[in-house]
Amino acid sequence: MFWDYLLSALALGMTFLYGSTGEIITEKAGHLNLGIPGIMCVGAAGGCASLHYMIMGGVTNGFVLVVVGILCSFLSAALMGLIYSFLAVSLHANQNVTGLALTTFGVGLMKYIIFDLTDGNSVPYLQALNAFRFPFASANNAWKYCGVMVFLAIIIALVTSFVLFKTKVGLHLRAIGENPATADAAGINVTAYKYVATCVGSGIAGLGGLCYIMDYAGSREAYLSIEALGWLAIALVIFAMWRPHISIFGSLIFGALFIAGAFIPSLISLKILQTMRAAPLLKMLPYVVTVIVLIITSVKDKKENQPPASLGLSYFREER
Amino acid sequence: MAKNTTRTREPLFHVAKRGQMPLWKSLAIRICAILAALLFCGVLCIVVLGKNPISFYDNMFKGVFGTKRRIWKMLKDLAVLLCVSLAVTPAFKMRYWNIGAEGQVHMSCLASVACAFYLGGSVPNNLLLVIMLLAAITAGAIWAVIPAIFKAIWNTNETLFTLMMNYIATSLVAFFLVVWVPSGSSALGELSAGWLPTIGGAIDKYGYLLLVLIVALLTVAMFIYLKYSKHGYEISVVGESRKTACYIGINVKKVIIRTLIVSGVLCGIAGFLIVSALDHSITVDTVGGRGFTAIMVSWLGKFNPFVMILTSFLMVFLQQGSDQVVSAFRINDTFTSIVTGIILFFIIGCEFFINYKLIFHKKEGKK
Repeated sequence: MFWDYLLSALALGMTFLYGSTGEIITEKAGHLNLGIPGIMCVGAAGGCASLHYMIMGGVTNGFVLVVVGILCSFLSAALMGLIYSFLAVSLHANQNVTGLALTTFGVGLMKYIIFDLTDGNSVPYLQALNAFRFPFASANNAWKYCGVMVFLAIIIALVTSFVLFKTKVGLHLRAIGENPATADAAGINVTAYKYVATCVGSGIAGLGGLCYIMDYAGSREAYLSIEALGWLAIALVIFAMWRPHISIFGSLIFGALFIAGAFIPSLISLKILQTMRAAPLLKMLPYVVTVIVLIITSVKDKKENQPPASLGLSYFREER
Repeated sequence: MAKNTTRTREPLFHVAKRGQMPLWKSLAIRICAILAALLFCGVLCIVVLGKNPISFYDNMFKGVFGTKRRIWKMLKDLAVLLCVSLAVTPAFKMRYWNIGAEGQVHMSCLASVACAFYLGGSVPNNLLLVIMLLAAITAGAIWAVIPAIFKAIWNTNETLFTLMMNYIATSLVAFFLVVWVPSGSSALGELSAGWLPTIGGAIDKYGYLLLVLIVALLTVAMFIYLKYSKHGYEISVVGESRKTACYIGINVKKVIIRTLIVSGVLCGIAGFLIVSALDHSITVDTVGGRGFTAIMVSWLGKFNPFVMILTSFLMVFLQQGSDQVVSAFRINDTFTSIVTGIILFFIIGCEFFINYKLIFHKKEGKK
């Protein structure tokens, strides 16, 4: 039972991990992208749509299904990132407003696409589930939630961490997030970096949506809850203090807390917890923990734990 | 090797900041953007849905102005949305990105419903309404002021903090619903007490007149507060430059906390109105994203309460109009949010042409 709980938490956590890794890349470039929930939805829709058409077209090779599905998910989410960066970078629009509009749009778009696909209640894209359960999982054992996308999430997070903190590209990106004017003066192409960071970040976040449907939920109704998970992914960014490798553990904790309501009553024989009443309060925990982390980091005021200094501000070269 | 290595590449145009633009011109640009967006949606309507775009616009218009009932529905939605938008405006003017209006309103709804739930029937209705209002205001103000205190003292990021507070509020509501509804269905029925009285007799057939009047009053009050009071002046100075504010002796911390109390109080009033005049109940979805929409209303209205009437009308129009389109065309109801999203993109994008101008370079003569 406990093993089951841990693995479910891990699988759900990976959804957060994708979202937060993507958001970290975007925020390091100085852009607070509140469109992440919508982007994750579109990622899920893009992936599902491509799987749907491939299966309808008779593709049975698991490898092709997984690779093309992931690519389509990434690309469709990256397109959303392109809309965001065009508005927020090129047109200097307010980032909060742009992000919120993107979320409205993305959630609607996903529901439209998935509703269109699942018209007659037959859901061919779920036939791809087995392909996504590579390498250990089968439908019945405890690993059933942990498919290929779980491992991909951890790899992406580690690579992102490496690129951000150990390479020149990462240094440039962080410089832009801290002070774009200085970075510009140093000869870094600020606009290009912001575009690429936002699009790649959005693409990675989009995979989170696909991961949730394919690995964790494996059901048709799952898409309805992606939006709420997207906001938690943004919370995880703060929890991890803008470090993807910390957010691997953070995602596990968030996943565990999020499903605690369903599992803890059967694990621990505490009277209070066994009643239905505690479930909503347990769901509150990830948010409370995030707030506490946010407060502690700001009170301690250590430079390396702070949000990027120019987060949320639009950069216009001629501004004094 | 290329011969022209010395010639630098000349960009086609460059971007410069505009000075103040006359109001009519900026309004014209915005109207053009909305028309362009509607045109785009019409095209989308033909391509994706295969329907006649004329009937798309027709349905949209009818959905809002078709019957008296729909007009009242539009007015009440507009009033509530405007009230929440008024609440977030002073904070935004101060460049304090409070995206927690959703949670603040939700908590006020919860406080109102709690009062009506426990006191309903044992105190007279008018007294109950006063108690509900006070409880809602207190709850809203507390929920708004917690992040403000941390922002003022330790500079905690308010955007992320208030975002989290939204979900804490939702979970609290879910918790109380489980407590109040023992059956486990979590659906609290309509409250029997604590209804806002209807005024105006025959004109006010649907009972929303008082609500609309209250919000109209608040709008005027907020305009005066922001434009003519000392508080309003301090808010705009802190928003323009925190350093200037310090220099001329404004206590920035005090202004932040005070402004957020004002914000929270208005959110409280909004929550009270939602419970006492509209829903008479509470769910986890009572606020229904109004807190987020309000951010866009306020920002698009350039923090001017009277312009915000127009922008919140736009939002309500889009919502209600596309709802009608959805039911007329018998399509999936998510079409509403797609249309809203597209139109928002256009409006957000057009702000660029109001604040900046493109200067095209004349082509160099061939050498």
